[in-house]
Amino acid sequence: MKSKAKVGALLSLLFMGLGQLYHRQFAKGIFLLLLEAYVLIFWSLPFQWAMWGLTTLGETPQIRKAGRIVYPGDHSIFLMIEGIIYLIAFLLFIWIYYLNIRDAYKTGKIRDEGGVPNNIKQTLRNIWENGFPYVMLTPAVLFTAFLTILPLIFGIAIAFTNYSGPNYLPPKNLVDWVGFKSFVDLFQLKTWSRTFYGVFIWTFIWAIISTISIYFVGMLFASLLGHRKIRFKRFWRAIFILPWAVPGFISTLIMRNIFNGEFGPLNKYLQVIGFDPIPWFSDPFWAKMTLFMVNLWLGFPFWMLLMSGVMTSIDKELYEAAEVDGATAWQKFWKIMFPIVVFSTTPLLIMGFAGNFNNFGLIYFLTSGGPVNPDYTYAGSTDILITWLYKLTLEQNKFNIASVVSILIFIVVAALSIYNFRRTRAFREEDMMSQ
Amino acid sequence: MNMVWRERITLLIIYTILTATAIAIIYPVLWVIMGSLNPGDTLSATKLLPDKLTFKHFERLWSGTEYVLWYKNTLFIAFWNMILSTFLVVTAAYAFSRYRFPGRRQGLMAMLVLQMFPGFMGMIAIYILLLQLNLLDNHWGLILVYAGGSIPFGAWLVKGYFDALPRSLEEAAKLDGAGNLTIFFKVMMPLSKPILVFVAVSNFIGPWMDFIFARLVLRSDEKKTLAVGLFEMVTGRGNTEFTTFAAGAVLVAVPITILFLLFQKHLVEGLKAGANKG
Repeated sequence: MKSKAKVGALLSLLFMGLGQLYHRQFAKGIFLLLLEAYVLIFWSLPFQWAMWGLTTLGETPQIRKAGRIVYPGDHSIFLMIEGIIYLIAFLLFIWIYYLNIRDAYKTGKIRDEGGVPNNIKQTLRNIWENGFPYVMLTPAVLFTAFLTILPLIFGIAIAFTNYSGPNYLPPKNLVDWVGFKSFVDLFQLKTWSRTFYGVFIWTFIWAIISTISIYFVGMLFASLLGHRKIRFKRFWRAIFILPWAVPGFISTLIMRNIFNGEFGPLNKYLQVIGFDPIPWFSDPFWAKMTLFMVNLWLGFPFWMLLMSGVMTSIDKELYEAAEVDGATAWQKFWKIMFPIVVFSTTPLLIMGFAGNFNNFGLIYFLTSGGPVNPDYTYAGSTDILITWLYKLTLEQNKFNIASVVSILIFIVVAALSIYNFRRTRAFREEDMMSQ
Repeated sequence: MNMVWRERITLLIIYTILTATAIAIIYPVLWVIMGSLNPGDTLSATKLLPDKLTFKHFERLWSGTEYVLWYKNTLFIAFWNMILSTFLVVTAAYAFSRYRFPGRRQGLMAMLVLQMFPGFMGMIAIYILLLQLNLLDNHWGLILVYAGGSIPFGAWLVKGYFDALPRSLEEAAKLDGAGNLTIFFKVMMPLSKPILVFVAVSNFIGPWMDFIFARLVLRSDEKKTLAVGLFEMVTGRGNTEFTTFAAGAVLVAVPITILFLLFQKHLVEGLKAGANKG
């Protein structure tokens, strides 16, 4: 017996809508037919042109005679973005094509089993009823597609080109695909690798120490304020919350002035009491210390607030039972409070690490990456990966190397986040896994 | 040494730590407020206890700099970003939380992955896109960038909150004949006030703090935001205008700080919820 499902699917594979026509769903069939015809007639040439642009990134550079542009030339980067957009649109079309085949197959199956396929009225009502979530999602999807996904794909693609100043900057010059060359350069070419390894190690040291220091200082202050004999708790807390509430960039800029080596008040006080001024920003070691100190100042209130909340929610009976058993305050701290607090704050601790790993604001506003490090290319002694990336992109036009660095940052942050999500309840209980 | 004495010494130590920390925290704040009222112009002339106070730096902000314009720009961007981001985040989160549809799982997964990318990675592409759309050096361009970036994290957070709301309410509304939109506006939104406040406040505060994208998108002096303007005030011209900066900093920090303190509880709760629920 000839299966209507297979015939329908085959016809729809041949040309969109044919299968639907075969199933006598005329309105749907004609619509799909027209859609494919429209795409074929109006979009195949632009698509071919876009693919040419994406693969070659342009072939004719700009021609100038006596300083005037005679021929504008191909703009590699515009060609690349256009190519990516066309590619996404093409994939979307393929997906619709697939749905069209699947629909023809399913309708055929209904007919094979003796049923009657939906008519146009039923189809439209069906779309209206089940389509509401898609209506709700459309704005978010559009925004994400154009402002997040497209730039990301483009950002990743740049890593495989030689897009960089001064020799490969359109529109004057063309950009070419170079494969993994930028990756190899970053790891092996002396000028890049020396900076990369140095900055990479410092980024890790910075992220670990800064995260752990604010975590434990926050815990310390939460437990100090939790002491039952301390009075005016609300007063103390109100003061300690201040650094968290003041906008970060403002407090960082203020600190930049307070620690100023020449005119800053800190060094003036030191001199008044007879010490030498400390080179807060001009010495690599002290610049790093300053960063840790300011980060502590800025960061501990958040943990203090959070842990105060966790600590008050710990069951009092646990402490009472421990007291009956003769536990000391020290034991109560380490055996009861500490494990509970650590357990419930680990996900945030890991996100805090990721945050500090990418703490652009603090580093850029406080030291701007300085002091100068003669061994480094376009980076100072306190630059972390993200600030180096910023300088490479906006100040030096080394887009290809910057893009490689950003991919590496992503790998680190993504690994942390995935670990985090796997161990949180959300991942296991969320019904997205069972659907 | 008996118990009473031990406790007294412990308390003394704790109070000493608390006082020392309080001084370390208040000092910079006080110093910048004093700086803004100090008669001198430079950093080195700024004293914690000036001989006399003056408001001329605040006047200078008005007459000598573009400060008022920056303030207006930032307010404009913050306000519209708050509206647009909250709308985008809430609609997406609602669809993901309350409906089961093909593509839902993939969509949620995609958003999880997207929020891990550093915002930087798309910088060049965003720049070129805005250039093509003629939105460079335009406040709406910046608002679009912020709104787009707020979706992945925000939608997960709000979805977590929606998931915890009982479904029976909507089902009851549905039985009474309420449509999709009515349920959304009349049933869900009133129940979601805390999370709406959190999303709105954090999207309002976001643009006050951001430097990177503001610097990237806004080019001309009269389009600048406060973060960029104030940064250039103390780094560009060799600290000759420290006191004017201090006055400007006070005027930004005071309202934002008050906003933060008012919504403190919401912010901590929201972050905690975000961490627990994904």
